[in-house]
Amino acid sequence: MGVFSKTARAPLEYTKTLWMRGWVGAVMLFLYIPLFILMAFSFNDSKRNVVWRGFTTKYYEKAWNNTQLWDAMTNSLTIAFFATIFSLMLGALTAVMLWRFRFPFKGAVDGVISLPIIVPEICLGVAMLVFFSWIGWPNDLVWPFNLGAIIIAHITFCFPFVTMVVRSRLASFNREQEEAAKDLGAGEWQTFRDILIPHAKPALIAGALLSFTLSLDDFVITFFTSTPGTDTFPVLVYSLVKRGVTPDINAASTILIILTVILTAVALKFQDAQSIAEGH
Amino acid sequence: MAEQDWSEDKKPFWAISTVPLLWTLVFFLVPMVFVWLYSFGTNQGLTEIEISGTLDNYKRATEWLYLSIFAKSLAVAALTTLICLIVGFPVAMAITFASEKWRPWLLLLIMLPFWTNLLIRTYALMMMLGSQGYATKAANAGLGALWGGSSWLKSLFGLEPLPTWEPIELLYNNFGVIFGLVYVHLPFMVLPLYAALDRLDKSLIEASLDLGAGHFRTLMKIVVPLAGPGIIAGVMITLIPALGAYLTPDLMGGTDSQMIANVIERQFKRANDWPFGAALSFLLIYVMFIIIALQSMRKKIPEVSK
Amino acid sequence: MSQPIIQIRGVTKRFGKMVAVDDVSLDILAGEFFVLLGPSGCGKTTLLRMIAGFEVPTEGQIIIDGQDMSRIAPNKRPVNMVFQSYAVFPHMTVAQNVGYGLKIAGVGRAETDDRVREALELVKLGGFEDRTPDQMSGGQRQRVALARSLVMRPKVLLLDEPLSALDAKLRAQMQFELADLQDKVGITFVTVTHDQDEALSMASRVAVINKGEVSQLAPPSDLYEYPANRFVADFVGSVNIFEGKLTVDEKDKAVVDCPEVGKIYMDHGVTGAHESQVWVAIRPEKMLLHVPGKGDAVKAAAKDAPEGHNFARGVIKGMSYLGDCTLFEIELESGRMVRVRRSNISRTDQYDFTWDDKVSMHWNSASPVVLLA
Repeated sequence: MGVFSKTARAPLEYTKTLWMRGWVGAVMLFLYIPLFILMAFSFNDSKRNVVWRGFTTKYYEKAWNNTQLWDAMTNSLTIAFFATIFSLMLGALTAVMLWRFRFPFKGAVDGVISLPIIVPEICLGVAMLVFFSWIGWPNDLVWPFNLGAIIIAHITFCFPFVTMVVRSRLASFNREQEEAAKDLGAGEWQTFRDILIPHAKPALIAGALLSFTLSLDDFVITFFTSTPGTDTFPVLVYSLVKRGVTPDINAASTILIILTVILTAVALKFQDAQSIAEGH
Repeated sequence: MAEQDWSEDKKPFWAISTVPLLWTLVFFLVPMVFVWLYSFGTNQGLTEIEISGTLDNYKRATEWLYLSIFAKSLAVAALTTLICLIVGFPVAMAITFASEKWRPWLLLLIMLPFWTNLLIRTYALMMMLGSQGYATKAANAGLGALWGGSSWLKSLFGLEPLPTWEPIELLYNNFGVIFGLVYVHLPFMVLPLYAALDRLDKSLIEASLDLGAGHFRTLMKIVVPLAGPGIIAGVMITLIPALGAYLTPDLMGGTDSQMIANVIERQFKRANDWPFGAALSFLLIYVMFIIIALQSMRKKIPEVSK
Repeated sequence: MSQPIIQIRGVTKRFGKMVAVDDVSLDILAGEFFVLLGPSGCGKTTLLRMIAGFEVPTEGQIIIDGQDMSRIAPNKRPVNMVFQSYAVFPHMTVAQNVGYGLKIAGVGRAETDDRVREALELVKLGGFEDRTPDQMSGGQRQRVALARSLVMRPKVLLLDEPLSALDAKLRAQMQFELADLQDKVGITFVTVTHDQDEALSMASRVAVINKGEVSQLAPPSDLYEYPANRFVADFVGSVNIFEGKLTVDEKDKAVVDCPEVGKIYMDHGVTGAHESQVWVAIRPEKMLLHVPGKGDAVKAAAKDAPEGHNFARGVIKGMSYLGDCTLFEIELESGRMVRVRRSNISRTDQYDFTWDDKVSMHWNSASPVVLLA
């Protein structure tokens, strides 16, 4: 029993053991070293960017001036923005529908709604491609409408995740509050707006974050539904990786990583404030 | 809380349900049906597809060439899942038993890569594993030294020295694909494991130790079985996406490391054989459904725990 | 006599095959404090929810203030409800909670503020306008729920198990306060409870519900002293019930022959007895014990009953000293156990009896009640 521990500890404090700490440390290294290398190489003074040649910040400037990069980033953000808004609405409605009502074929509907989570992305991408080509979705719309197909595809695969998150929050709702509101004269819509939505707020926020991340991060589905000029950031990086990457991509990636960290920190702070406010 | 029958309050029901139901129908079910229909079709000219009800596509999909790719994809996904499980389980345990102060930080650290862009992560790996990448250089240096050392030892004993060291490649082969898949999916495995372990009644572990069992035995006989549902959840969350992975094998795999998603993509882009691609897609979906069905059947067998 | 403000006519409620409320008809009068009393699952809450509009009767009608409520949704009824969980909105302040109904009704800001303040004063929460529910105790949240309903000036206030979540002391206090409040405000209160103490202390009339039916509808004292059947006799307070044969039934006297306890003589006749098999109920406080050697039950009983009636002998098998009184479990000669309650009038009364004492007891001819069901 003392084989694993080097320091005196309670039997269940596994995390204090040396090997456990070593393991976790190794895993963390495994996860983060590639990212650090990528960030470090954004300062590499070499165009082909395989061997370290010297420190420079000129690629950050290059990234700033790279219109292709900006366009892709803008597209990604726009798509994520619209996809999140609509996924939130659809997801919340679906969650309420499943939580509140009993109706024929409910089991089947429940299953179908969760299919986009299970079906492999490649199949969803293929299906979207087939669909848009069959209905003849126009290829030459002006921005931002040319992102329409991608946005629709993103909404379709994002909103089931929102449904899942919101639904589990609704399960903890005290139905009597809804009845109390009605008793005081509130109609259906007022009850929904004044009582149910505030209760669901933490899940709505979590769902929105999830949806935003999924959309921003998506490659496969976007790849199949994009047309010339609608490259998103992942799609752009993909084609560059195939052709030859320059360090300004590293620079852009580094900025993105830092943004992600900041956003996560903000989200956590917000979450904490929320929890305190709700007296959890 | 009690559900309400839809017929009691039709207006709110339809107000709430119409848009989601319509959306799912039009933008999910209809496209899937199209693909399904196409799988029974044939190419007519460059852009036309005639749905002739033929089973040729499926027949072709089940030829050895493609079946072997299916099998290999399954094997790769399974191996990835296994590695994630073995690597991730101690991590999940570490988080569960960490002090209150550290736990949220550990969780955050594990989840942060998940929120980082997938392409960025893959690209970073490629940098590291490429022929000039640090990992490759380090591995080759280390292994090369070992090789050279063993060769020298052999010659000491009058045995034939080993053939000259050929530097190994870590990218554009199966190793790269599996490494990449593990890298991407590890956080997905850790979370359900942590959730299950967190719910575990710690006094059960204490009871086992109190009765004389060692830590490892307690782990195998008590913790793992009781964390069962979490393990299964983690496995499903890793296996299914890994099976359908496209990006990692495409960027990090070589010509013989193709997975099924890459083959499907080729049918729709370069080969322009949409019906065949459709058939392959649906076969993939069926395989996944079978896996899920097997897993839920397993759930129905009552747990003989403790 | 007050006019009925709620008329329940032949209301039945079925959930699938299960009958929760079975053909109930009763009137609730304006201004009264009406209590629906019964064990869990007897249908009382379902009945209350039908009045509020959250359940729809399978059969029958509910008429409030002369208007048939069949087609009227809960948010349009002139009644308001205080829910069992209080259902105070956690994300709103007290003032916002109490003013919610007024806001929906379109009442102006100034008037809302006034009425909210008034309502909070009424429930003794003056000054709490800006607090949030998570900063308040259960009892305080209940008052918020009360204020929220009262501010709407409903014709009827419905309360679902209002005191069940409170601790004993608070419960006793709230019983007084609710009755007081009702008196002050003057609107009709309809309460659901399973606690008979609550019912007896607050109600002007009680409907005892058993398995979806009304067992008895009467003021509290009638329920206690003149129960209509064994269920009510047993549910409200504790009681000793003896089965026997009605041998004498005249205008001013009756005798029931009970094998377990002997002959019971009453100074009143029984109304409506068609069969000779009846039950007699005697409350524990009405059976008077005699200290061994210091008095005799037979003689005491003979004071207002013929010889050989209204007494019994037994052995003390159990004693519970409750401070103000002592509860005895006594095994009669027939083997039957009865419960007797004796007030400790002097401080040494508790020493009068002990286990296995042989005792005798008697009761007055006005004490027993005959039950036909």
